[in-house]
Amino acid sequence: MVADLGDGAALLYIDRIFLHERTGSVSLQELKAKNRPVRHKEHVFVTMDHIVDTFPGRGDKTLMPSGTDFITSTRATATEAGLNLFDVTDERQGIVHVVSAEQGITLPGFTQVCPDSHTCTLGALGALAWGIGSSEGEHALATKTLAVTKPKSMRVGFTGTLGYGVTSKDMILHLIGKYGAAGGSGYAITFTGPAIAALPQENRFTICNMAVEFGAFAGVIPPDETTFDYVKGRPYAPQGAAFDAAVASWRLLNDDADAVYDREIVVDCSDIVPTITWGTSPGQTSRIDGVVPNPSDAKDANTRGSMDKALEYMDVTPGQKLEGLAIDAAFIGSCTNSRLSDLRAVAAVVKGRHVSPNLKKAVIVPGSTQVKRAAEREGLHEIFKAAGFEWRESGCSMCFNAGGESMGEKWRVVSSTNRNFENRQGPKTRTHLASPTTVAASALAGAIADVRKLG
Amino acid sequence: MEKFVHLKAIAAPLLRVNIDTDVIIPSREMKGVSKTGLSVGMFANWRYTDVPARISNPEFVLNRAPYDKAHILLSGDNFGCGSSREHAVWAMKEWGFRAVIAPSFGAIYYGNCVRNGILPVVLPDEAVRAIAAWVEASPAANQVEIDLPSQKVHAAGVAYAFSIGESDKDMLLEGLDPIGVTLKRDPAIQAFEAKDRMQRPWVYI
Repeated sequence: MVADLGDGAALLYIDRIFLHERTGSVSLQELKAKNRPVRHKEHVFVTMDHIVDTFPGRGDKTLMPSGTDFITSTRATATEAGLNLFDVTDERQGIVHVVSAEQGITLPGFTQVCPDSHTCTLGALGALAWGIGSSEGEHALATKTLAVTKPKSMRVGFTGTLGYGVTSKDMILHLIGKYGAAGGSGYAITFTGPAIAALPQENRFTICNMAVEFGAFAGVIPPDETTFDYVKGRPYAPQGAAFDAAVASWRLLNDDADAVYDREIVVDCSDIVPTITWGTSPGQTSRIDGVVPNPSDAKDANTRGSMDKALEYMDVTPGQKLEGLAIDAAFIGSCTNSRLSDLRAVAAVVKGRHVSPNLKKAVIVPGSTQVKRAAEREGLHEIFKAAGFEWRESGCSMCFNAGGESMGEKWRVVSSTNRNFENRQGPKTRTHLASPTTVAASALAGAIADVRKLG
Repeated sequence: MEKFVHLKAIAAPLLRVNIDTDVIIPSREMKGVSKTGLSVGMFANWRYTDVPARISNPEFVLNRAPYDKAHILLSGDNFGCGSSREHAVWAMKEWGFRAVIAPSFGAIYYGNCVRNGILPVVLPDEAVRAIAAWVEASPAANQVEIDLPSQKVHAAGVAYAFSIGESDKDMLLEGLDPIGVTLKRDPAIQAFEAKDRMQRPWVYI
């Protein structure tokens, strides 16, 4: 903390700033126009993920007519300001929150911001990481600080163990479904408990990624040996004796069992099954073997009205079974679920099988160029292609219409992404959020499917 | 930044929960590296029956008089959730909105409002619905009055008190440039860095 601003607010020092080509160049252009230099440009990183397309052999051109402007403008402003740029053809390129962890740019105890709401993903490394707007981005770049009003604190404890076919994606969808998309509003959340401790590092990112879909300011998993093992040896992490000294300091960051939180939630993982969304908010979830809920059970008129609108948009009816609902497309990718472990899990489901002939599109987009290469070294891409999936370059892709590419009008899509908002994946596209393995099983069936039944 | 002190204006009710920033400004409507020219894409998928052809949807509240002259929006829980895109606020500001009244906001959206001279007002759901019902009875005459210095919303014969952080309030009242304010603290930032460099050398690559 640089200064106490009173009234619960503080000026916080920001250790790392990440930018991408959709929102980054606006901030950099504004700073330049105001003649304000970037403070500690060596702490600022820029990647291309939000506008660049993911077709094999891509360059600066996109389907979106003005897309190239975002890429070239970001390249020019970032280069002129002397920032660390992971350009379209750079081997470190990828989705901002995937590469920030992969390169060791985010470290435990860090503060990190990016003009992107899923920056909270990096809380899984024990960092305080949160999304900001472009104006706050300018502030962070020019001053290396941000004024923050201290949020309330919440601890979400996950107890028990995960059942067969249940993933960290199902954990977070279950939580948001149970407490609502505003359930974490106003809170910084600490995710803890034995089920979190048991998760490999890559699966932890999925939990923190969707903290913002729970309405939270940030989501943090206290760092432990799993975290330190993950960070060790990464390019921007301290090395050798410096790493050991850092770990000694990071051990002190671990969750104090006696800490007092403004709110505590405990979730028993034995209650969690594969979970999928039925509506247009990440809080509108159902068990994979469940049915679409009835708006007449809603707690108030506004919620009922929103459910009615979601039912109409999604073309589903109360009481309808989700399992077996025919789909048009499947998408695996995004900062939520696109890491090597996700791709390995998908490969295990689809190996030797083929996606349904009824699908109009089945796409797998690796989270980074590094993930892509690692997957190819293991031959995963051959499994995906043989199963009928497109295998792409890294980027945000059809999580929204990055590169101007969309799903078709009114298509029903099962997606490993984080937002089922209206029109996000395409015009009137009906998105069902689920784990990568649920998406894989559904792609094979051509309908929403329970991965546990696949055997 | 434009100041916000006092406003009496037509308020438009859009009482749904979880209205996200993809709804407020779809990514297809963010066509250039710019903060301007966005208002035509605001609520595009709700506002137009044919989005590319820009055919107006007469059912949508902001297409109906006198709500098409509204400067205040009334909405449900978690307004502005989702993507951090400040374009949502730039589009609303360009269209003419100066305040949004809702039971809760997406955290990033809230901060973006304050930094662009839009006042986000948090009032309980019952209060927002009562104000909306009063407005709907006579939308042109029943204008909502917001006074930031006293932190009150005057509507339906009631003065509703609301909370706002001191620094956010000052920024809106004074129209301050927050970067300029922080740069005055440069000695404190330098002192922090000097001390931090000893404690966390791995930060300073």
